[in-house]
Amino acid sequence: MKKTARILALGGLVAALALTGAVTARAQDQTLLNVSYDPTRELYEQFNEAFAKHWKDTTGGNVTIEQSHGGSGKQAQAVIDGLGADVVTLALEGDINAIVTKSGLIDENWRAEFPNNSTPYTSTIVFLVRKGNPKAIADWGDLVKDGVEVITPNPKTSGGARWNYLAAWAYANKASGGDEAKDVDFIKQLYKHVPVLDTGARGSTVTFAQKELGDVLLAWENEAYLVLDEFGAENFDIVYPPSSIRAEPPVAIVDKNVEAHGTQALAKAYLEYLYSPEGQTIAARNHYRPSDPSVVTDPALVAAFPKIDLISIDDPLFGGWKTAQPKHFGDGGIFDQVYTPAQ
Amino acid sequence: MKPSVIPGFGLTFGYTILYLSLLVLIPIAGLFLKAATTPWPQIVRIATAPRTINALEISFGSSLIAALVNVLFGVIVAWVLVRYKFPGRRILDAIVDLPFALPTAVAGIALSTLYAPKGWIGSLFSDKGPLWQWWHAQTWLPFGLEQFSLNFKIAYTPTGIVIALIFVGLPFIVRTVQPVLEEFEQELEEAAATLGANRWQTIAKVILPRLTPALLTGFALAFARAVGEYGSVIFIAGNLPNISEIAPVLIVIKLEEFDQAGAAVIAGIMLIISFAMLLVVNLIQAWARRRFGNV
Repeated sequence: MKKTARILALGGLVAALALTGAVTARAQDQTLLNVSYDPTRELYEQFNEAFAKHWKDTTGGNVTIEQSHGGSGKQAQAVIDGLGADVVTLALEGDINAIVTKSGLIDENWRAEFPNNSTPYTSTIVFLVRKGNPKAIADWGDLVKDGVEVITPNPKTSGGARWNYLAAWAYANKASGGDEAKDVDFIKQLYKHVPVLDTGARGSTVTFAQKELGDVLLAWENEAYLVLDEFGAENFDIVYPPSSIRAEPPVAIVDKNVEAHGTQALAKAYLEYLYSPEGQTIAARNHYRPSDPSVVTDPALVAAFPKIDLISIDDPLFGGWKTAQPKHFGDGGIFDQVYTPAQ
Repeated sequence: MKPSVIPGFGLTFGYTILYLSLLVLIPIAGLFLKAATTPWPQIVRIATAPRTINALEISFGSSLIAALVNVLFGVIVAWVLVRYKFPGRRILDAIVDLPFALPTAVAGIALSTLYAPKGWIGSLFSDKGPLWQWWHAQTWLPFGLEQFSLNFKIAYTPTGIVIALIFVGLPFIVRTVQPVLEEFEQELEEAAATLGANRWQTIAKVILPRLTPALLTGFALAFARAVGEYGSVIFIAGNLPNISEIAPVLIVIKLEEFDQAGAAVIAGIMLIISFAMLLVVNLIQAWARRRFGNV
């Protein structure tokens, strides 16, 4: 009993010391929490280092940037529930909108706060196939050929998977001339070729690359390059379909949280730095398409992105996230119908 | 109330209530309150949707199978650990607890890597794998049995779910049965033998009756644990709606849609079914204790 009391007292002392340490350190040092989604890990590791240096050079202050990664929707929920994010850099506009409507922590005009609808970089969906492309997959239509297995996560639980789905939808719509019944049918066919629905993009990558399941992985462009780096370029090929979707992962300041933390200027500078030549170059180096390619310091990085036909979520076909989300992925939406058993 | 022989009832009872309230009762009450904010027709719609029913069937069905398999093989493991002395017994004994300690996601990834069609074990069972070829070479079989296509896919099917659930449930059976087996007097079995019982009779009439209460406890624990399991299953299940999608995945899907009430409804249904099943197990247990004596 006495021993326990002593340990408790010691623990209290340590905690108190740590606390005072944190408080004194705060005078010149600041901490910023960036809540992001899964595949941006490598991007922000490099970016944070560059930004910390930039911040030190311009203001003399030290900044520690903490990162949190996870499924985009889960991350948004965590911020709603009180995870004290200063900035969010998520996969979908809809996830930031959810923070706006469910918690009011972010100003509703957040999209106008930064250039290009607050999207500092974009990405697209490409095909990752086994070396030599044995199933000869070149376009979305090839995904529903006999004997082709497609790996893509569940659009209900993964932001990236929603872009995969919408890119397929855009292809189907063009092929059918706008006949929605045929588009739904194509989507149904497509998901019949999916043997596993992982809950997140990284899960699917592991299923395809490590467990060697499936013939083609629908992946973020940057994630596809990551697989080449991690699992060996000799095992896989990246195939660019003639058309795909422009995925626009947006960023926003969590206004109420930065007010509480006193980090307004820091958070603004952090996100603005994403648009600087340095920020855009880091994005390009990590295979994210820079929103302003003209400022990228190494033109070879920009030239490395193949030009393909990219459709935006704001295209009338989708009508923006606010329309597309409930129509395709909402409860009872088109994706749910794909898996409704025939009566 | 009549003062108890043992002092301290008020204090310990108060503590028990507080402890249970903070950790169990209040969260569960909150869950039901959240579910109650959903209008009735919607609760009925969620509860009767084919996908929900399929997910619940898969969850409870595979948990039941896994718990039953564990009952059989858990007893054998416990028997070996208690009755035989062999080198490495202590290590084997410790290994049984690993499923408690290992993060379930790690277990799920390890299991799915092993049992995937290209994995060590999965490749044996895969289409046109060694086992398939062996089977189709058995031309001596009558009725052309060897023509029947064997498809033993394990990972990404309901079989994979059962494997993951067996993994997480194993220690519960072993650890509940083991102490009971240790207390067994072997003389009873010897007495049975001298009275002319054969081995099966000894097992059925002497050993099993006294093991039953512990077995039921272990079964209930393993079953309850399996119903709530998420981390390991999602990696090996394939998560295809209506085929290999467990109810907890459906709950996560609802949460991703920011539909907390819908998630609470499904969770509430799971809790009610679990509670009903555990109650039945407890009743059987009470009956078994009366029938076979308190062990």
